[in-house]
Amino acid sequence: MATTLMPAPFPTPVEVVEASSPSGFAATLHDWVVTVDHKRLGIMYVVTGLIFLVIGGIEASLMRLQLAWPGLTLVPAETFNRLFTLHGTTMVFLVGIPIVFGFGNYLVPLMIGARDLAFPRLNAFGFWVLLFGGVLLYFSFIGGDGLYGAGSAPAVGWFAYAPLSERAFTPGNATDYWNLSVLITGFGTIATAINLIATIATMRAPGMTLGRLPMFVWTMLTVSAMTLLILPPLSAAQIMLLLDRFFGAHYFDTQAGGSAIIWQHFFWFFGHPEVYVLMVPGFGFVSEIIPVFSRKVIFGYATLVAATVSIGAVAMSTWAHHMFTVGMGGTLNSFFAASTMLVAVPTGVKIFNWLATLYGGKLRFRMPMLFCCAFLFQFLCAGLTGIMLSVAPFDWQLSDSYFVVAHFHFVLIGGLVFTIFAALYYWFPKATGRMLSERLGKWHFWLFTVGFNVTFVTMHLPGVLGMPRRIYTYPADRGWDILNLVTTLGVPLQALGVLIFVVNVVYSLRHGEPAGNNPWEAWTLEWATTSPPPAYNFATVPAVTSRRPLWDLHHPDDPDGPHE
Amino acid sequence: MTPIQTPNIFAPVSTPALAIRDLSFIVLAITGAIFLIVAGFAVYTLIRFGRRPTNPEVEPAQVYGSTQIELAWTVVPLLIVVVLFLVTARYVYGIERRHQPPDALEITVVGNQWWWEIRYPKLGIVTANEIHVPVSDAANPAPTFITVKSVDVAHSFWVPQLAGKMDAIPNKTNRVWIEPRQVGTYVGQCAEYCGLQHALMLLVVVVHPKEEFRAWVTAQQTAPAEPTVARGGRDLFSSLACVNCHSIRGTPGNGVFGPDLTHLMSRSTLGAGAVRNTRDNLRAWVKDPGAFKVGALMPAMKLDDAQLDQLLAYLVTLR
Repeated sequence: MATTLMPAPFPTPVEVVEASSPSGFAATLHDWVVTVDHKRLGIMYVVTGLIFLVIGGIEASLMRLQLAWPGLTLVPAETFNRLFTLHGTTMVFLVGIPIVFGFGNYLVPLMIGARDLAFPRLNAFGFWVLLFGGVLLYFSFIGGDGLYGAGSAPAVGWFAYAPLSERAFTPGNATDYWNLSVLITGFGTIATAINLIATIATMRAPGMTLGRLPMFVWTMLTVSAMTLLILPPLSAAQIMLLLDRFFGAHYFDTQAGGSAIIWQHFFWFFGHPEVYVLMVPGFGFVSEIIPVFSRKVIFGYATLVAATVSIGAVAMSTWAHHMFTVGMGGTLNSFFAASTMLVAVPTGVKIFNWLATLYGGKLRFRMPMLFCCAFLFQFLCAGLTGIMLSVAPFDWQLSDSYFVVAHFHFVLIGGLVFTIFAALYYWFPKATGRMLSERLGKWHFWLFTVGFNVTFVTMHLPGVLGMPRRIYTYPADRGWDILNLVTTLGVPLQALGVLIFVVNVVYSLRHGEPAGNNPWEAWTLEWATTSPPPAYNFATVPAVTSRRPLWDLHHPDDPDGPHE
Repeated sequence: MTPIQTPNIFAPVSTPALAIRDLSFIVLAITGAIFLIVAGFAVYTLIRFGRRPTNPEVEPAQVYGSTQIELAWTVVPLLIVVVLFLVTARYVYGIERRHQPPDALEITVVGNQWWWEIRYPKLGIVTANEIHVPVSDAANPAPTFITVKSVDVAHSFWVPQLAGKMDAIPNKTNRVWIEPRQVGTYVGQCAEYCGLQHALMLLVVVVHPKEEFRAWVTAQQTAPAEPTVARGGRDLFSSLACVNCHSIRGTPGNGVFGPDLTHLMSRSTLGAGAVRNTRDNLRAWVKDPGAFKVGALMPAMKLDDAQLDQLLAYLVTLR
């Protein structure tokens, strides 16, 4: 009875000769530009994100060079301010979002047994809008001259606090490019979020109930819903800023009675949940990878789903912990301290459930697993410094210092980027049909991990010693010099690690070991089809009877179904 | 001046900063314990189950979950959060609701791009970038209540050894208080990005013994003496655009866009910490402020050498 629902083995896809046959560079380029295939768009999202990651990394390296020692004049003040503005904007809007939603694009249909996203054209629209939004941001280097002559980029910081972002304080067009870029990339992200929700809601394979969705799909569903709640307010704020700058409105223009605080509320109502929009899919990667490399089913699936959704829900009410120092008063300070601390509970549950999954497993330390292990420790640290920052009076000291900078880099690199690398090593074989080299991978892992910790563990300390963020230089007598030097010394290690990763990708695309359908002996549906999957993903839409269809396939005597 | 110390938040000398340090020790103890337990368990698990298995072909036992265990590690953190929240709320209100005694010293700090105006409204003193306050002791508590404002963009007032930071936001009046228990000089700087020279918006708080503070107040309240030799410099000052932005009591200069210069030479730095306040540096500053601080809103005044010498001779009398 059960076997009829679960044909075993899955029928291998029939070779279909694709209609577009002419080869050559122009034809290939044309194929990629006009594609509406979720897999190609997913790859384009991720590659776009990785290119911007390198650009943002170069910006960060220049800043670290300037701060390596007090009183250096390698990077002028104005350039430094532009660098951190572009670095922040790039990393959040052009690295984090495209990579996370790129993986969502690629994996969600495969994981739920669908042939594409619900709205393929909308998907293509979302990607191109995001890409051109990114190009617009960098075009400010050429087009942002405004009143000031040739070449400038925005220098308002990535959260562009009003009224610094008003025309009175930032004349010229650079801030307008920032404004429009963020607005436009936002449209693309909203489109993709709608698409993912519609796909997950309506296009699941027979038997793929919500209770059987892979954890990664649950995380994408959660963050897509959050995106629909948080991005429209950001877009509204950007439009208000646009009206202020071009049409003499006074929303945030304090000289005409506008409010500086209301911008902060708008921005952080987006900005804080945004951190979870980026990080929660990272949790999804980990929840897929740790079980496979422990050879165990995920511990407490229902609890993990509940934790995911409650992180999303509680994270919607924590935004003003970015504003403990604006003088909100005791009631609001206490409320946002409480809501922020509350996020620690479901987040802790996730860590405990991953550890319980590892416990009693047969651990295989391949590249995806190594990055997940480093992630566990680093994300634990990031969470604990987050608890310190949630204690409002402690935050009065730590806010806007280098301690905060270190904290969120622990979240976004030690947490997110490490899980992204884990995901890249894990799903690269599926997307390309070839394995990434483990030997180069080890070099990448160790250089990046050591470099990351040298830089960002150390970076907490100057913050505790009173060093504010976003300063292009500092006096020599503050006792910050050695710490800043060590912070900078970790940078070349990380850069070398990333370079080795790039080499690994380029090399393995041609010479990597062939992957086969399921190199990791994993259990979710994407591993049931060929690597790379055909345009239509599955020749026949598979029917599923449990959370781990491929486990059932290989263990017909002990399928998952009865345990769920 | 005493040598500058590192503005370490764990070396507080004033009541609110001390309270925050006490609170942070509680937080560090809790988070430290969590780290040791969780990281310790993770290391143990990875080592114990990371060894090469004897029978790699056989899959390990599949454990799908445990309601009791999962409930336990949800409820225990929840209890920790409740405790932590109660402690936090106690400190939030304890610090924010400090009663202001009627005779307490009041100061208004106004953030400007990129310097601090310091006003003592009850004492009639206006200065810049340097705050002078009396030391407080248990027998005679002398807290200082600071009103924080901004005239342009958002700034943040932060002297780590004295109190947590408080943002200076246009159209908003914020308050913070300090109660330093130790004589000395404490440094801080703007902690909210405020434009080009955010990095050079430094701040010093000098904590005096009580009598010394009274002497400082008297000196600041006294209008500068009629210059005897440098009258020409004063006339030059009055005749130039200097007066549009700067005030010197007893002269036509009553501008409010730049720092009050009545007691310019009593301050230790120029340009909010950009450079030490010496005669040579002051001359170079007046000639071209951008040489020390690119983008400073004071324009180069295009004075010739003779005018500069004349002006300097007057400015150095403003003690």
